[in-house]
Amino acid sequence: MADLTTEFLGIKSPNPFWLASAPPTDKEYNVRRAFEAGWGGVVWKTLGSEGPPVVNVNGPRYGAIYGADRRLLGLNNIELITDRPLQTNLEEITRVKQDYPDRALIVSLMVPCDEESWKAILPMVEATGADGIELNFGCPHGMAERGMGSAVGQVPEYIQMVTEWCKQYYSKPVIVKLTPNITDIRNPARAAFAGNADAVSLINTINSITSVDLDALAPQPTIDGKGTHGGYCGPAVKPIALNMVAEIARDPATAGKPISAIGGVTTWRDAAEFMVMGAGNVQVCTAAMTYGFKVVQEMISGLSQWMDEKGYAATSDFIGQAVPNVTDWQYLNLNYVAKAKIDQDACIKCGRCYAACEDTSHQAIWMKEGRVFEVNDAECVACNLCVDVCPVEECISMVPMAPGAVDPRTGKVVEAGYANWTTHPNNPAAQAAE
Amino acid sequence: MANGHQASGIVAARLPAADIADNFSDLHPAYAPHEAAVAADRCYFCYDAPCMTACPTDIDIPQFIREIQAGHPESAARTILGQNILGGMCARVCPTETLCEEVCVRETAEGKPVEIGRLQRYATDALMAKGEHPFTRAEPTGKRVAVVGAGPAGLSCAHRLAMLGHDVTVCEARKKPGGLNEFGIAAYKSTNDFAAREADWLLKIGGITLETGKALGDGVTLDGLKADHDAVFLSIGLGGVNALRASGEDLPGVRDAVDFIEELRQADDLAALPVGRNVVVIGGGMTAVDAAVQSKLLGAENVTIAYRRSRDAMPASRFEQDLAASRGVKLMFNVMPVAILGDGAVTGVELEYTTVEEGRVRGTGERLTLAADQLFKAIGQTLDGAPDGVALEGGKIAVTGAGRTSVAGVWAGGDCASGGDDLTVTAVAEGRDAAMDIHAALTS
Ligand SMILES: Cc1cc2nc3c(=O)[nH]c(=O)nc-3n(C[C@H](O)[C@H](O)[C@H](O)COP(=O)(O)OP(=O)(O)OC[C@H]3O[C@@H](n4cnc5c(N)ncnc54)[C@H](O)[C@@H]3O)c2cc1C
Ligand SMILES: Cc1cc2nc3c(=O)[nH]c(=O)nc-3n(C[C@H](O)[C@H](O)[C@H](O)COP(=O)(O)O)c2cc1C
Ligand code: SF4
Ligand code: SF4
Ligand code: SF4
Repeated sequence: MADLTTEFLGIKSPNPFWLASAPPTDKEYNVRRAFEAGWGGVVWKTLGSEGPPVVNVNGPRYGAIYGADRRLLGLNNIELITDRPLQTNLEEITRVKQDYPDRALIVSLMVPCDEESWKAILPMVEATGADGIELNFGCPHGMAERGMGSAVGQVPEYIQMVTEWCKQYYSKPVIVKLTPNITDIRNPARAAFAGNADAVSLINTINSITSVDLDALAPQPTIDGKGTHGGYCGPAVKPIALNMVAEIARDPATAGKPISAIGGVTTWRDAAEFMVMGAGNVQVCTAAMTYGFKVVQEMISGLSQWMDEKGYAATSDFIGQAVPNVTDWQYLNLNYVAKAKIDQDACIKCGRCYAACEDTSHQAIWMKEGRVFEVNDAECVACNLCVDVCPVEECISMVPMAPGAVDPRTGKVVEAGYANWTTHPNNPAAQAAE
Repeated sequence: MANGHQASGIVAARLPAADIADNFSDLHPAYAPHEAAVAADRCYFCYDAPCMTACPTDIDIPQFIREIQAGHPESAARTILGQNILGGMCARVCPTETLCEEVCVRETAEGKPVEIGRLQRYATDALMAKGEHPFTRAEPTGKRVAVVGAGPAGLSCAHRLAMLGHDVTVCEARKKPGGLNEFGIAAYKSTNDFAAREADWLLKIGGITLETGKALGDGVTLDGLKADHDAVFLSIGLGGVNALRASGEDLPGVRDAVDFIEELRQADDLAALPVGRNVVVIGGGMTAVDAAVQSKLLGAENVTIAYRRSRDAMPASRFEQDLAASRGVKLMFNVMPVAILGDGAVTGVELEYTTVEEGRVRGTGERLTLAADQLFKAIGQTLDGAPDGVALEGGKIAVTGAGRTSVAGVWAGGDCASGGDDLTVTAVAEGRDAAMDIHAALTS
């Protein structure tokens, strides 16, 4: 069995699966049970400054998007940071860390954007013995309106400034948690590292309204007739998170820096994808909130099976391995030509590929006598839409054409070499090939 | 106290009333909303969907399933009923395993079709539960059409004609409308008096005068109907039954399966309905299966279906055969009755094994005897009482196109007309199509 032990910022955990800062990590009771269930680490639910804690709404806080059979695909929340007293949290953190020295325990923080506030809380956190802190610059609702959370995360200068304070007043690793509610994720990441952050974690939740109650004519969740935007998470946000992780992993300014990936991790596969894309570990919230702490067991068994199959002995063997294969569109090989091919034995003759291609793409699928569906290579541009809509896995494949063959669509010979848009004759800005 | 399976002779109350009620509950129970959502999600929304082509009434199945998915079973019902006004009954009685569900791509792919029939029931039940009738009549045309027989074909034709603005008079020999929906279909397919409720709901369109207890050939003539109306639609079903032509056919205890089923369907108290201890059903169609299964459900100890050809040739679908087997009915193939035994009442039946050569059934000479205190004949219904002057073909009223008979101004459809399968859904399709043809003829 593969060894899942992961070292992230020098913090060891028995596996790379941490619970993200959220309700699952809100208190000692939860965190102890999470550790017993097998989680490698937790980021404690975000703490605020000393004084009366924030209050949450007393109506519904969550909204959801479902797939078939009411499978939860996306969750939206309007919850705030912890609504329990700071001292209570600190005492609990201290106790839990003592009892679970082999697990990672990170404390998430969000205090007002002034040096005094940070200077005040950091020694108290240091005293708990926790392994590090995570700065919550991501919460998109409630806290942002008070000048915290994503209100800080959207201004790179603030990120750098706060990070510097933390590095000054706290001795252990500092992780900066980024908000996705921004145009270019690389800027806040660069700012965090410029402020000497040890790592970034992302994503926090995405601004969203999940649905509208058509009787009440109000957003859901609805509280006394009104609703507000909340933060979106769960499987639906994974592609967005994956791209943001990749952007940071391949940005020359931040390449190779530690990343803790968050966003829609539900099975081992999601975790593996984030990790080959440059993440040192992953954090999970919605999957645990949907299925309970036990979900981690599949993540553990799944990741170890995959590692065994691939011959990886340690997580460090594959972290970041896919990063070199992420490139910009302009560098994609335009000489590569593929054609869709339908496996007639696997095809169940539903005709979805035909409807999709005929109505919305390139009219490259024939519907022949007896509902036989075939690709017309002379029209197929290999867009992949048929593959995506076909209900049968691996029924349609994209078959690359061999160099030297003639593409019946263009009449051109498929070239063996690599050529991209930067040198393409149709590109007005093309540089002449050397 | 119940009499039990072993009481000899034809006796009532073999089982406690509660068991009988349980036995006759819905064969395919209604979906709860979440079940319907899960079932609907399985549909792939096929292009030019094969299921739709297989439906004799051409219901746009992917469309109605999508409407269920999107939370509007009522609009799904309108999609169904626009093509098939008896979509509620068809959802319950169609042999979907040989129609839409047989060709569903998920049947071909994984042997588990989208459950189109149950989804159709979910949609139509939702709309009918609201008590509304979804269609309105067009401006009156002033044309009058007579429909003879209020079975599925007649009701479907009458509804479509009324919708198009014609005034329709339906003359029905029996006391109730519905035809075999009311008197023939197995009780566990049409529970809670559904046939009658559906007929009432259908008539809410207006413009249809239903005259029950009035039979063509009994005071009503085709010429008379033609004289008073602009068109006539004949949908009298198959009222006669084939004879066995085996000795002893007249013994007490020998009965037409359709009569037994009719009595069963009209019984207020199934526990009061007598049934034999050893029941033998001769035949191989739906009627044979229904008579056998319902005998078993009433508490008969041994029920055997004796069919003269092989299993593959049996008109009842494999699903129906398995249903019978699962209820404890014994299926015998390649046997034909040669003598019904008994003195004063039936006590048994002598069967001869058969082979089929070039389509013809031949006895092998080998025989066996089964004990029987009740024997049902289910070897096919025949046309009875077709009006004189209307040409026949293969024992049914000859029709061309959308039900045109040899007599101008007279159409026919359903079981009594030539061509098509003898199914509820086919009768509905034929009634609807004849209505469209009559409408075209009357308005051109
Ligand atoms: C036992 C049994 C079980 C069946 N099970 C199924 C099933 O599960 N699924 C399925 O799809 N099909 C089934 N069928 C077949 C289906 O019931 C018929 O195909 C369908 O009812 C035909 O409709 P119809 O309108 O042509 O005739 P019918 O339903 O027979 O209706 C004819 C009507 O005309 C009336 N009538 C007859 N003569 C006269 C007259 N002279 N004047 C006035 N009125 C007259 C009759 O009283 C009757 O109401 C079954 C049939 C039987 C017998
Ligand atoms: C109800 C709820 C409360 C959350 N509270 C916090 C929080 O206090 N601090 C924080 O940094 N992130 C918070 N998050 C964001 C999660 O930590 C995580 O970044 C996000 O849900 C994406 O991961 P997921 O797709 O696995 O859920 C919260 C998320 C949810 C659903
Ligand atoms: S999940 Fe628990 S706290 Fe939340 S609404 Fe349901 S019962 Fe109440
Ligand atoms: S979508 Fe797939 S299964 Fe359906 S017809 Fe096309 S190739 Fe066949
Ligand atoms: S064939 Fe099956 S999957 Fe396709 S549209 Fe019909 S019910 Fe849906």
